[in-house]
Amino acid sequence: MSGERRGGRTGARMVVSAPGRVAGAFLTYVVLGGLALVFLLPLLWMVFASVDSEPSLRAGLPTSLTLDHFTAIMTPEIVYRPIWNSIVTCAGAAVITAFCSMLAAYPLSRYNLRFRKPFLYSVLFATGLPITAIMVPVYGMFVQADLLNSLTATTLFLAASTLPFGIWLTKNFIDGIPIALEEAAWVDGASAWQSLRYLVAPLLAPGLAVVGIFTLVTTWGNFFVPFILLTSPEKMPAAVRVFTFFGQYGSVRYGELAAYSLLYTLPVVALYMVVSRAMGGRFALGGAMKG
Amino acid sequence: MATTTSRDDETDRGPRTRNEHARARGRAWGGAARWLIPMGPALFLLLAFFAGPILWTVWASLTNAALTGAQAAQTEFVGTANFERLIADTRFLDATILTVLFLVGCVFGQTVLGLTLALLMRNRSGAVRATVGAIVVGAWVVPEVVAGFVWYAFLEREGTLNALLGFFGAEPQNWLFTAPLLAVVLANIWKGTAFSMMTYSAGLSEVPDDLKEAARVDGASSFQVLWFVVLPLLRRTLATTLLLITLQTVQVFTLIFVMTSGGPGSSSTTLPLLMYQEALRMGDLGYGTAIALALLVVAGLFSVVYVWMLSKEEQR
Repeated sequence: MSGERRGGRTGARMVVSAPGRVAGAFLTYVVLGGLALVFLLPLLWMVFASVDSEPSLRAGLPTSLTLDHFTAIMTPEIVYRPIWNSIVTCAGAAVITAFCSMLAAYPLSRYNLRFRKPFLYSVLFATGLPITAIMVPVYGMFVQADLLNSLTATTLFLAASTLPFGIWLTKNFIDGIPIALEEAAWVDGASAWQSLRYLVAPLLAPGLAVVGIFTLVTTWGNFFVPFILLTSPEKMPAAVRVFTFFGQYGSVRYGELAAYSLLYTLPVVALYMVVSRAMGGRFALGGAMKG
Repeated sequence: MATTTSRDDETDRGPRTRNEHARARGRAWGGAARWLIPMGPALFLLLAFFAGPILWTVWASLTNAALTGAQAAQTEFVGTANFERLIADTRFLDATILTVLFLVGCVFGQTVLGLTLALLMRNRSGAVRATVGAIVVGAWVVPEVVAGFVWYAFLEREGTLNALLGFFGAEPQNWLFTAPLLAVVLANIWKGTAFSMMTYSAGLSEVPDDLKEAARVDGASSFQVLWFVVLPLLRRTLATTLLLITLQTVQVFTLIFVMTSGGPGSSSTTLPLLMYQEALRMGDLGYGTAIALALLVVAGLFSVVYVWMLSKEEQR
């Protein structure tokens, strides 16, 4: 990122110094501003309607500000329980993915295993497969194994669905940790587990946090998986509850829908900002960001 | 063993040398247990929840598995009946055409818009980049359900778009009914552009400035520099990004489900929505699974190309 920025700055000087390009630069700003406005317009509705005392489907400055919509939806049935369910399943999946990725990536990075390459390519292949398409067979499997409507099983499935990308990312992180320390420890008689636990894990912690937060962001936004695998209302996570709220009142209680959407969106935005900071602006995790 | 080592040497494998490998390998830590135990949990999850369902897909698509009724109790092997039905089914054909249109529209839109944004944002001040970037990425980070809501609100008869068009005297209409496919394509482009913008920005930053400068000195116009110098250098970034966007777009369900739920009629029913309707609304798991398998095969092919391209890149 720093290199990119530096390049940008010298570029800007070049543009200014070249006569006749000032008009071009102005035009660029106009186009950029227009595009930014187009991207912003649909989002404005959510922000404005959530605090508007007379909300409609139109994005417009609120006639008078109110927090009524937020207080109206703050009930255990509408917000607290679904958000709690979301936290349990998504955080559970994040912890499981990070932990399993670390354990699986360590031998893949450190040992010279014969199946290493085929396995890594299979993992990469799996990151490209559409989760949507395997939901029907997963549903059939869950019905037969009597796992339907189980928060634990859903959490495990969410973890499994992000695991390929987690393993891939973690393996790259471990590759970046010098092996010399571990070798010294092995000479002193440490086991592989000890060297993983005391040498690699502390150095890997930021990487694992990235894997975990990435899992949180993707699973928090995932609607289809809990929509299919969880059936009873009290187990619904926020993604599904906000949708049923839309189905029930969407065409009348715009303000509350907007408020709920905003409440449900803000945590991912915050988490995303944390990760993109941590990754130093290189959006390496874009690779497997799927809906 | 010698062959494995030499094959490893073809690729860049980080800071480790062959010697270190040998030492790691040589440690007495016995057999398969040293990798099987740590990889166990991940392997279990992947086999149980990933590979298992995919294999089950292949089997179930050859049966008449159903959610309710007599077929649910007694699932029979029906051979290729589901696939024959699939090919003969006009709804499947319609859904395939809609999926292709959706895919082409989204991939084209995201690529052009993402590349335009990346190009325009180069050489701009940090504040402009940060602001525009944050807005575009904001659309990307918003959960799919919420993206569906905001676009529903934007395109509805009472929505913002009609309010804006009203200034020019246009008749208000519910765009979700009059142009459902266009509506979901626009919404998906809106949501997905950030991804291509970010990859193209990263790719553009690797294009050396002196190459462009040399072309300019030789009298090339800005457009010629872009077309003959920059874009050819971006080829690989373009290819991987196109593949990844395709893989993401082919499975879009939630956005369409929230905005139009496949309607009106079936005019925005893409394959994932048809799959959902058949398998879970109608309860015909076998037939729904056949659709799922068709999707998996197409996505699988794209994914193979993706892996192949990355492995080639790694070997360079």
